[in-house]
Amino acid sequence: MVGVRASKAHRDEGIALVVLMSCSALFVIAIALILGFLAFNGTRLFWGDHYSPLKFLFGTDWDGFGGHYGAATFIAGSLVATGMAIAIGGPLGVAIGVFFSELAPKRVATAFKPAIEVLVGIPSVVYGWLGLTLLVPAIATVFHLPDGDGLLAAGIVLSIMILPTVISLSEDALRVVPNSLREGSAALGATRWETITKVLLPSASSGIAVAVILGVARAIGETLAVQLVLGNAAILPTSLLKPAAALTSEIVMDMGDAPDGSGFKHALFAMAFLLLLISMGLILLIRLALRRRT
Amino acid sequence: MIQSQPAAAPALADKMKIENLDIFYGTFQAMKRANLSVPDRHVMALIGPSGCGKSTFLRALNRMHDLTPGARVEGKVTLDGVDIYAPSIDPVTVRHRIGMVFQRPNPFPKSIFENVVYGAKIHGEKNPKRLAEIAEKSLRAAALWDEVKDRLSRSALDLSGGQQQRLCIARVLAVEPEVILMDEPASALDPIATSKIEDLIGELKRDYTVIIVTHSMQQAARISDFTSFFLLGELIEVGTTSDIFTRPRDKRTEDYITGRYG
Repeated sequence: MVGVRASKAHRDEGIALVVLMSCSALFVIAIALILGFLAFNGTRLFWGDHYSPLKFLFGTDWDGFGGHYGAATFIAGSLVATGMAIAIGGPLGVAIGVFFSELAPKRVATAFKPAIEVLVGIPSVVYGWLGLTLLVPAIATVFHLPDGDGLLAAGIVLSIMILPTVISLSEDALRVVPNSLREGSAALGATRWETITKVLLPSASSGIAVAVILGVARAIGETLAVQLVLGNAAILPTSLLKPAAALTSEIVMDMGDAPDGSGFKHALFAMAFLLLLISMGLILLIRLALRRRT
Repeated sequence: MIQSQPAAAPALADKMKIENLDIFYGTFQAMKRANLSVPDRHVMALIGPSGCGKSTFLRALNRMHDLTPGARVEGKVTLDGVDIYAPSIDPVTVRHRIGMVFQRPNPFPKSIFENVVYGAKIHGEKNPKRLAEIAEKSLRAAALWDEVKDRLSRSALDLSGGQQQRLCIARVLAVEPEVILMDEPASALDPIATSKIEDLIGELKRDYTVIIVTHSMQQAARISDFTSFFLLGELIEVGTTSDIFTRPRDKRTEDYITGRYG
């Protein structure tokens, strides 16, 4: 009897193992196919259509049907919008994280934590729409412009979108700093502010770096909200108040028009591949930051 | 209480005086009506079974309970005659003058050098030469200099537990306090590291008043001049260490030191 039960358990375990392994294998294969497909099509512009990678990266002449695929304006638009999002949302998010972890009474912190997590789940179209109806007219009024859409609007919308991520991850990073360090610092006659700036933030620096990098990743990949407020003009950003275009928003704008197999389509794939490389680079940075912690 | 015990050397100047100290965690009273005088430049040991309130008592002496939500301290604690709980007193200055070493070594995740000069830096010392002097002096006083002088820029977390604890003592000395509170500073250390810490405490009392919580009666006997015995949130008896261990007046003290409980 015992022998029968043991062999049944053994068989069940074998089945479970096979199921789990095939699921994992399927997943790995799917990821590999996606990466391979993007890498193939994303570089095709260079080896298939013999378009110079330098002209793609640094050229500003974009005319999909005319054979000009300079993506520098989109790259610059993405970088500037993301940079603004981090410049606003990074310090603000870390500051709010410090507030929740170190200063707020426990009741306040526990009440606000779920609220912040809800903000992460709001669809980006909602952020974009709010930006379009509230922020864009406000910018137009403040700066006396016919239109308020542009990099400033995109930067502000993105900074709000990354805020919940930065807040909750930097709060988590601060909370795992052992209390003994807070006490040790206080016992040496440090004020709460000195303890935060000189002990807690440095101790949590790798976790805070991860929070900011994830913010960058979210901002650079954001499409819909950016497209709604950025103005979508393929010009190099010379002013934050002017419309611009980002890698993501331009792909969405053009992908329906570009004929399959054309250089135009391949250029869009190259932009998608570039976004993938950027986010892979950011993930690499996160791994480095986390390794430094251990 | 010390007055009722002539052996407690009444001629000594009191560095700290604790009068009618009550400590509450929420509604739980963790310390009842404690009275204690701590003579200048001597070692006062606080002993008693686990949960007797000795650590709670110690943390009241540099206002560490201020950091614990729900903790409340009533009564009077004076340093050189000045009440450290008076409204006009900044707890930060109190902790500057009364340093603390914790049960587990808690070096900051910084270099050895940065750990030692942390307090000096936040108290305004910027001169690199002066900071280097402070670091060497404090590390020498904590009997750690010879072991770390060649690797001051290395992380403090690479040190052994005993070295980390001496680093934490050096870090306190660098602030030049007058009183040093120690909360079972050797409980996480091996016997060799423990004996180094004990030797160090013997050195420290030449310049500092040391108040040390210990769960080891042997340790109290080895290192302290005076001993106070705590039980169930009360300070039962204070006296010279030799009196407490050879002729305690209170039955409960006697029961504890003869190992009947605890």
